[in-house]
Amino acid sequence: MKKIEAVIRPTKLEPLKEALDAIDVRGMTVYEVMGRGMQKGQTQYYRGQAHFKDLLEKMKIEIVCADERVDKIIGTIIEVCKTGKAGDGKIFIYPVEKIIRIRTGESGDPAI
Amino acid sequence: MLARKIIMILVFSPLLLLMTPGSAWAAGENGAISSADTTFIIMCTALVLLMTPALAFFYGGMVRRKNVLSIFMQCLVIMGVVAIQWIIIGYSLSFGPDIGGVIGNLEYMGLKNVGLEASGTIPHQLFVAFQMMFAILTAALIAGAFAERMRFAAFLVFVLIWTTIVYDPLCHWVWGVGGWIERMGALDFAGGTVVHISSGIAGLVGAMVLGKRKGKDNSKEGIVPHNLPLTLLGASLLWFGWIGFNAGSALAADGIAVTALLVTVVCAGSALLSWILAEWYHHGKPTALGAASGIIAGLVCITPAAGFVTPLSAIFMGLIVGPICYYFVSTVKHKIGYDDTLDVFGIHGVGGIVGALATGIFASLAVNPDGANGLLYGNPGLLITQTLAVAATIVFVAIMTYIILKSMSLFMSLRVTEEEEETGLDLVLHGEDAYWDASGFNS
Repeated sequence: MKKIEAVIRPTKLEPLKEALDAIDVRGMTVYEVMGRGMQKGQTQYYRGQAHFKDLLEKMKIEIVCADERVDKIIGTIIEVCKTGKAGDGKIFIYPVEKIIRIRTGESGDPAI
Repeated sequence: MLARKIIMILVFSPLLLLMTPGSAWAAGENGAISSADTTFIIMCTALVLLMTPALAFFYGGMVRRKNVLSIFMQCLVIMGVVAIQWIIIGYSLSFGPDIGGVIGNLEYMGLKNVGLEASGTIPHQLFVAFQMMFAILTAALIAGAFAERMRFAAFLVFVLIWTTIVYDPLCHWVWGVGGWIERMGALDFAGGTVVHISSGIAGLVGAMVLGKRKGKDNSKEGIVPHNLPLTLLGASLLWFGWIGFNAGSALAADGIAVTALLVTVVCAGSALLSWILAEWYHHGKPTALGAASGIIAGLVCITPAAGFVTPLSAIFMGLIVGPICYYFVSTVKHKIGYDDTLDVFGIHGVGGIVGALATGIFASLAVNPDGANGLLYGNPGLLITQTLAVAATIVFVAIMTYIILKSMSLFMSLRVTEEEEETGLDLVLHGEDAYWDASGFNS
């Protein structure tokens, strides 16, 4: 089992959810996050004074899946979230030791 | 300990006055009371009252989220402190019978001898209430300059002293019968010098005496407003209330009130445009905060001139005041390096000075036969008089404010500690959080 963490543009969340639905991925956890990377920041002006906004708003989604599903999901994320410009985000993949569904006590793949 | 002393003073001083002989209800020297004028001024009083909470919104949106309640509290508490001060002594010092053109005497202390007799065409006590709102607003305006760092107790003491020995005499000079600036022939329809230049200069001195906020210069991202819609709400309500402020200063429901109303609306709109055009040109984008700031700059500018100038002059005044104030807040402030948190000097001080001088240029007897002609109508003398009034206000307010704050600092600390400033004034001074969401972003 693997955990996929993806940091994406906030505008890509809705289309990504739809695309993941289409390949039967339902479960996910979503966070609003701030971050910085190659996109750099953004300059804002308040009463004529420039303020450099270093951290930008992103969405972070977490999906846990069976090992054989990983490539399909990554492919979908890239397909939906890629614009080709700096700021598209990153994907991180981690091994997951154990999953337990609280309601039933099931563990392993059936608990995903 | 200090808080207890303040409370004792506030509670007991009205009681002392109750023991003095009762009001005389002297018949006014003026004519009969007009119901129309009375109705109008009651409504205008309510409009001006609204401006102080509106100012709290305007200011509140511009501070960081950890300090929003502290600036609301500074504005609102004045509605208590100055209301009491005004009744006990402030009104008498401002509008009591003249002593040497400098101050009113104590005949109206505790509103002794102030009843419902006619003052002009409205009941005397209505005039007291209307003017009280101006005293409240002026003190509240100053709070923006040293926002995010002043101790609440120090602020209370400052406001009480400042209103008594700076606002009240100045108000007498300009509006009191026999006041020396009034006798000199300077025009100030609704408070360009008394309200705006005075609060702007007091704010500038306050910001300098208290020093910069922690992290003002060394944080790369800078300190930015936490909620601009609050600021826009405040600016909108201020615009609404300002109609009472300026039109009501005619003190009658007459043609002068109408012309004051019209030029007020026009000048604010024109300054809104000129401000956003200036920043559009300067850094490429017209901003919402710029629109709000332009509205206030325009309202400040027309305040001394309302009731004396034509609508076309008002448009022109709005067009020049926007870029001038913008230049001060965007450039001059940073070059000189004072931390006037919410630009009280840059907008009220500078806008007030521009307005008072513009009154000397654009005032016209054709608009108001009780006014005067300005430079544009062949009377350069008025501009000189206006300049003198402005200079006197600046010098008096700057020196007095400096003395008050420096004297206070011998007895109490004016500022919160660095650690308290970091934590935020809401939590440290008031024990409250404005927002339940503690994500901390943009704090």
